[in-house]
Amino acid sequence: MPTGEMPGELRIGFLPLVDACLPILAREHGFAEAEGLSLSMVRDVSWATVQDRLLYGQTDAAHLVAPLAIAATLGRGRPPVPLAVPFVLGLNGNAITLHPDLARLVCPAGALGDPAAVGAALAEVAAQRAAAGRPLRFGVVHRYSSHNYMLRYWLAACAIRPGHDVENITVPPPFCADALEAGEVDGICVGEPWNSVAVERGAGTIVLATAQIWRRGVEKVLALREPVLDARRGEIEALIRALVATARHFVDPENWDANAAILARSEYLDGSAELIKRAISDRLLLSKGSEPVNYPDFMFQYREAANFPWVSQAEWLYTQMVRWGGERFSTEDAAKAARVFRPDVYRSALLGTGEPLPGASSKVEGSLSAQTSVGTQQGTITLQNNSFFDGRSFDPNDLQGYLASLD
Amino acid sequence: MRIAIVDESASRAAVISEGLTAFDDCEIFILTERRGLVARIGEIAPDIVLIDLGNPSRDVLEEYFAVSRALARPIAMFVDESDDTAIAASIEAGVSSYVVDGMAPHRIRPILDLAVRRFNAFARLQSDLAEAQGKLAERESVDRAKRILMDTRRITEPQAYAELRKTAMDQGRRIADIAEAVVTAHKLMGGV
Repeated sequence: MPTGEMPGELRIGFLPLVDACLPILAREHGFAEAEGLSLSMVRDVSWATVQDRLLYGQTDAAHLVAPLAIAATLGRGRPPVPLAVPFVLGLNGNAITLHPDLARLVCPAGALGDPAAVGAALAEVAAQRAAAGRPLRFGVVHRYSSHNYMLRYWLAACAIRPGHDVENITVPPPFCADALEAGEVDGICVGEPWNSVAVERGAGTIVLATAQIWRRGVEKVLALREPVLDARRGEIEALIRALVATARHFVDPENWDANAAILARSEYLDGSAELIKRAISDRLLLSKGSEPVNYPDFMFQYREAANFPWVSQAEWLYTQMVRWGGERFSTEDAAKAARVFRPDVYRSALLGTGEPLPGASSKVEGSLSAQTSVGTQQGTITLQNNSFFDGRSFDPNDLQGYLASLD
Repeated sequence: MRIAIVDESASRAAVISEGLTAFDDCEIFILTERRGLVARIGEIAPDIVLIDLGNPSRDVLEEYFAVSRALARPIAMFVDESDDTAIAASIEAGVSSYVVDGMAPHRIRPILDLAVRRFNAFARLQSDLAEAQGKLAERESVDRAKRILMDTRRITEPQAYAELRKTAMDQGRRIADIAEAVVTAHKLMGGV
């Protein structure tokens, strides 16, 4: 086995994005070391390569777009390799950025738009552009990304059919600003700091945060091969404790400047600490030269057991894979997808610590519009609004019914 | 057989391509430009695509291949399931390959093996070059440090070298690092 020969040594693959923060900072602040772990970070520039290194044993774990962990398990694009997700690295943290000219047509200046209102205005522009033979084109970072599913969910709910009324293509995050500038795309859905980079270049205006589409949407996960999880269970549980400690530290405003400076370093994001801090502090500049706008929980890394791998989230992702992948619903695949998320591992890692643990492993997603206390195994958890912008909710007990209701 | 090499490093692409000319039934296309990549691949209609793992266009290409499954010549990541170590070696070397559906593994393997060997050889060349350049730079700073010591302390060259070596041993550092420190300090003190 080429990796992890020494106990406690874990190699973690990542893409240079702000939400790779937890493993990076677990290493830098000594939270990993305190758990007897030594982390080394392996940076790449495409999800395909992060995935290959994970599948073929060059890394032990990876920062991964959540749907890709399910796609790998189901064998989409590659032979199936069962992956396990014992920890969610964060919720949301992405935005939809439009070319400034398009943004002016569909969104009032100076604030994030209302998803339904922006969508309605966008539907008109999309129809005009399609009629003129120049359909609007949107870029996302990967076929199997939350970005792709969130963007399509929003468009479809606003009566804009992805792939029919607008075109959808893949654009690597570092080239999003270029693509907007060159007119290759009219809008992008990407993680930070790439929206802010487009804003700084005057190439884009941020119109929506994905947290406005699904207030508590699953984003990046910690993924590893199932046999690695089984063989190194103790170390992985130690890693989960280290990541939780890092998450608690990460959301404390006291630490924002120091964390932005670390993430900006050349071996990690190799970017601007100022831009990185915008995402960390929920204060974004929506267009070049404007005043920062505070949007609470733009990124969501810790509270409300944010890192808990709810099985219902994996199942929601599977429904979106069926919805947009042109494939038939399969009960067998749905069960495989659900098993990718491993709340049992999260629980056993944190049992007996001060961290709250939910009593259930699955929940109706998007059903809460106000603060709600939920049953726990330990501690207390009060969940806040977790709704989808169109008011639908997702019941994991009826995946096919949910899919049928979306048509 | 039509082979597309996608690599932003033109020199590495040339090294791979040169190796592939050993196969007489191969037509080789080198793509170093990111812009218009997918359209070019579409025009070339390759049987095999070799792409380096550090290429930021991999996700874009995979999207195209996923969509191409609906086309007449679907392309997929090449994985010879009978031989996991070969794939691991290819990932280790930094190259991935995509192959049109229906191509026989025995035709692909020699090409992939050659690409892996060439990738490794290229990486070795690069590291040899970096090492040689590093050594040259180190020798330069040792020479400059010796000159500074000789001028300021009026000692001979062997004495200056002995001083550098002794300090390095005392501090558990490399002679080149001590020499670099002397040169930097000298600059800060107003020397040239």
